[in-house]
Amino acid sequence: MNIIIEFIYLIAAILFIIGINQLSKVKTAPRGNRLSAVAMLLAVIATIVKIQLDNTSSINWAYIITGIVTGGLIGVVLSKKIKMTAIPQLVAIFNGLGGGASVLVALSYLLFNGVTTSLNMITVVLSIIIGTVTFTGSMVAFAKLQGLIKSQPILFKGRNILNVLLFILVISLGVRAIIICQNISAAIIILLIMMGVAFILGILLVTPIGGADMPIVIALLNSYSGLAASMAGFMLGNLLLIISGALVGASGIILTKIMCKAMNRSLVNVLFGGFGQTKEDKKEKSEYINIKQASPEEVASILDAARSIIIVPGYGMAVAQAQNAVHDIMTTLEQRGIKVEFAIHPVAGRMPGHMNILLAEANVPYEKLKELELINSQFKQTDVAIVIGANDVVNPAAKDDKSSPIYGMPILNVHEAKTVIVIKRSLSPGFAGIKNELFEKNNTLMLFGDAKEMLLKLNQELNEL
Amino acid sequence: MIELFYLLVVFILSIFVGYEMIIKVPPTLHTPLMSGTNAISGIIIIGALTSLAYTANTLVNIIGLFALIFATINVIGGFMVTDRMLQMFVRKKEK
Repeated sequence: MNIIIEFIYLIAAILFIIGINQLSKVKTAPRGNRLSAVAMLLAVIATIVKIQLDNTSSINWAYIITGIVTGGLIGVVLSKKIKMTAIPQLVAIFNGLGGGASVLVALSYLLFNGVTTSLNMITVVLSIIIGTVTFTGSMVAFAKLQGLIKSQPILFKGRNILNVLLFILVISLGVRAIIICQNISAAIIILLIMMGVAFILGILLVTPIGGADMPIVIALLNSYSGLAASMAGFMLGNLLLIISGALVGASGIILTKIMCKAMNRSLVNVLFGGFGQTKEDKKEKSEYINIKQASPEEVASILDAARSIIIVPGYGMAVAQAQNAVHDIMTTLEQRGIKVEFAIHPVAGRMPGHMNILLAEANVPYEKLKELELINSQFKQTDVAIVIGANDVVNPAAKDDKSSPIYGMPILNVHEAKTVIVIKRSLSPGFAGIKNELFEKNNTLMLFGDAKEMLLKLNQELNEL
Repeated sequence: MIELFYLLVVFILSIFVGYEMIIKVPPTLHTPLMSGTNAISGIIIIGALTSLAYTANTLVNIIGLFALIFATINVIGGFMVTDRMLQMFVRKKEK
């Protein structure tokens, strides 16, 4: 019978692989996701059957049913109620819970099995460390994204040294637990201390990372939660856990890599760089001269005269929940025969692909969303570029100014468009805390105000023209 | 020892499979991909079930119960929210 269970696990693993593969194309993605869900259901059913068959004594059905019902209800409510603009937070929470579950599984495994081999203890230690860091790291990321704590990097002197020390402490405690694994009660105490240190380490690793680096952190934490599941798989000798965890681990790492490349920064720099540090030195340079402000009426007439327009959304669009207003203005412009496209910077927003999902919610066809490499050459032939709540990703300093902290980061070349309209609340700096020369260019017009409000006004003006 | 080695082989090969599959995903799908794979990492749910099944020790059971709740939220919430996102892409094609 056990071989049948293992066989079902194998089928589930294959379905996960096919599912993820289908997730890579827009057309097949919904099917891919459902296929993965079916695979998960298969795995759960197989496991329950296995438990039933293995177990001679009483099975804790009460616990199992309570757990699934409670978790299921919370999951359904969260996924139904959440606004699309809050997706990054939600993914962070789910991620953290996955990591937390791995830790708890490792702990209960140890408490139940008692004395274990040092090889087994290695897997227990790794599950606990990775899972705990994932849990607390994700919770801090959630708190930042939800605005519960400041999204600016929280920096203090010597934090990198402290992190390194804590990391060494975690590893040494882990090694100690492995060495004394025969003395189970002492080992458990050491593991609990190790867990506490890893708990703090997870917090400290994410607090210095600011809002704009969140896409990278979320992708990385996603990878960790997969690895934690994989480690639990080693512990339990369960191939399905190992395979699925590794798939997730790999996917998270790749997205992390893509995000880092898009910012022209190394992962080490993101994790330990404390990007916001440059803020202090650059303050004196952030005075703006030659700012041209425009009213919605003026902008509307400029848009009306244009033949091609590129819209560049940023995090500001998400904050203002302006995606529907963006869609409406797109429709208005297109009705006038104006070509409208969207330029999406890889790190716009707070998670990989954040802008795409918001615009999809507002019914903007995904074919209109162009990647940086594809659209950058088009700005020269474009009449108007509208920047909505984006800042650093359109800052020409990344190209011209070698002293700029964002120098070398690929940007969208909006300044090459004939006219640039920047919709922004104020001249306050973006996440990088630096001045944006784009705002001073002769072809730039600033439209100050809330993105949604301004777009609604623009749309109104356009319709009155 | 040799068994652990086999598990390690599977682990490493799976990482390569994951890498090859995901490197070609277009940016439009990055969010659903993350959210979907995140739900898959909830596979730890089978570990949670296993940890609940074989003991009557209350402490172990309570820990296992929380593991199961966490993992179930991860799985159910993850798949459902991913589906919600992806439906937004589908809806448009029909128009």
